[in-house]
Amino acid sequence: MADDKSNAAEYWKANVRLIFGCIAAWAFVSYGCAILFRPLLAGIPVGGTDLGFWFAQQGSILTVIVLIFFYAWRMNALDKKYGLGE
Amino acid sequence: MSQFAINLLFVGASFALYIGIAIWARAGSTKDFYVAGGGVHPITNGMATAADWMSAASFISMAGLLASGGYANSTFLMGWTGGFVILAMLLAPYLRKFGKFTVPDFIGDRIYSKTARFVAILCLIIASVTYVIGQMTGAGVAFSRFLEVSSTAGIWLAALIVFLYAVFGGMKGITYTQVAQYIVLIVAYTIPAVFIAFQLTGNPVPMFGMFSTHTESGVPLLEKLDDVVSALGFQDYTADVDNKLNMVLFTLSLMVGTAGLPHVIIRFFTVPKVSDARWSAGWALVFIALLYLTAPAVGSMARLNLMTTVYPEMAGQTENYEEAAQNPILYEERPEWFRTWEETGLITYTDANDDGRIQFYNDATDYADRGWEGNELTVNNDILVLANPEIANLPGWVIGLIAAGGIAAALSTAAGLLLAISSAISHDLIKTMVNPKISEKGEMLAARISMAGAILLATYMGLNPPGFAAQTVALAFGIAGSSLFPVLMMGIFSKRMNSSGAVAGMLAGLICTLLYTFTFLGWFFIPGTNMLPNTPDNWFLGISPLSFGAVGAMINFAVAFAVSRVTAPPPQEIQDLVESVRYPKGAGGAISH
Repeated sequence: MADDKSNAAEYWKANVRLIFGCIAAWAFVSYGCAILFRPLLAGIPVGGTDLGFWFAQQGSILTVIVLIFFYAWRMNALDKKYGLGE
Repeated sequence: MSQFAINLLFVGASFALYIGIAIWARAGSTKDFYVAGGGVHPITNGMATAADWMSAASFISMAGLLASGGYANSTFLMGWTGGFVILAMLLAPYLRKFGKFTVPDFIGDRIYSKTARFVAILCLIIASVTYVIGQMTGAGVAFSRFLEVSSTAGIWLAALIVFLYAVFGGMKGITYTQVAQYIVLIVAYTIPAVFIAFQLTGNPVPMFGMFSTHTESGVPLLEKLDDVVSALGFQDYTADVDNKLNMVLFTLSLMVGTAGLPHVIIRFFTVPKVSDARWSAGWALVFIALLYLTAPAVGSMARLNLMTTVYPEMAGQTENYEEAAQNPILYEERPEWFRTWEETGLITYTDANDDGRIQFYNDATDYADRGWEGNELTVNNDILVLANPEIANLPGWVIGLIAAGGIAAALSTAAGLLLAISSAISHDLIKTMVNPKISEKGEMLAARISMAGAILLATYMGLNPPGFAAQTVALAFGIAGSSLFPVLMMGIFSKRMNSSGAVAGMLAGLICTLLYTFTFLGWFFIPGTNMLPNTPDNWFLGISPLSFGAVGAMINFAVAFAVSRVTAPPPQEIQDLVESVRYPKGAGGAISH
């Protein structure tokens, strides 16, 4: 039982770490590249405007899709590794 | 065949499809009614979630918002998609594991408090009812424009169709009609966009066309658009925003609001496994992105098309914009689509300087030197998507498709919201709080009656929309984001969260958000009762009342954390409950299938 408990606790820690990483990447793109750092990216031209504009209108959406699938894939692996899947 | 007959054919065919599904997918048990039996494939659920989420606002209004606001309105794109990250990682898998039917179910059990359950039911109903009004009026507009019936008849017709599949099929009927509605709406949205992108840039993929070269002038499309709008005194389409704090908070408010809206959350209760809930969120976003990546292209291209329709000489120009601005078209020579939309009152023209031409520019800029005496044209943002096929001279069947698509977008979201409302009444209020001894059959009947009641209420509100309908949609996001989202998240991620903390947090977040909103927009949105004028100078730190949901959520978190630390920890069985939702193992047992 004690083993089960520490196993489960480790699984949860790994999950929280993974979430932190994904949320940080998400925030960096959606709030960073698309909004706050747009002036810094102004020098990089993309089809008649700048990279920040692209991130705001398309890049952030594409990033979010990749992140969710990445998270699902990693979590399913963790479920197996810790034997906590369905 | 006349355009009216074509529209009738497309809308009629889509309705026949929805009714066919309603007959096929009848709900046999409360589990069928609330969670479609719990056996929906993750990709199917992803598609249904996309239709559930994309409302009349996404289909009809968003491209118009982007067209008028340019970069500044990217917030809607990011907010309404980014919320799915929060859902996928912080809420959906754990709530699926919890394995009950509704959002107040989880809040009531986890927070072990009647007050919390009741506040959750109240928030759910207010957020969903305000949201559903917009769907009914949206369907009414689409009906009256395309089927030449009155908006009133249109709303009743929409209500009847929803009634057929929602009352009999519950979540099961709604799920499969939403899949059909998704297909109708995405095809309808994409086809005109592909034609327009190809006409303007030679690239048939709208999301790439937007960043390629405008064929007629040889300059990049967005640069072209910037040049055209700035020659008429408008702000550059791609111009940056000064108030970045407000932009960040508005985006964040839309995100946490999205994650906290019950009609989206309950869709994830319908899949068989926890891992399916994770995949399903990804698929939902893929299907949503097909529309959301096209919308900015539709917005920018429609704006350019509109401008060059009024100022034809601007289209091929690369520098003499001043000269081109002197020669807008004569009102007498306006195109056919212009006339049809004038009849609806959504395009209006007044010849301020009596020269018979259409001067369309930003009124805030003084162009007396050009002989202009005021902007003469107003175009409602909402018509851009609906008028797109006509502006681009597309064949009649594309217009029929748009009609069916707009109605599909409105109905699919309305049905999802109505289910959230009716299950809160029959399951949370009647079964859990008032009469726990009610039989399965009795609860089923209660669910159907509350669904019928919710449809009647939504129809009534759609027919007599309160004057503040547009603002209340923002309120729905504020309430969901500041009260429901934080309590759900803390319930999963903090084992130490107890009932006093959670209730205090929920009330603090909700009350602060309501107070801030009412201060600027009037008490209960009654015009004239606002205590401060709704201008950026008065806003606290420049935060608009629509962006305050994110601040409300932070207040909720802070208060809940503080109060829970100084009060007793939750009882052991609650801590065990938190443990159990964290690990997928055993999810099958929670809902049999």
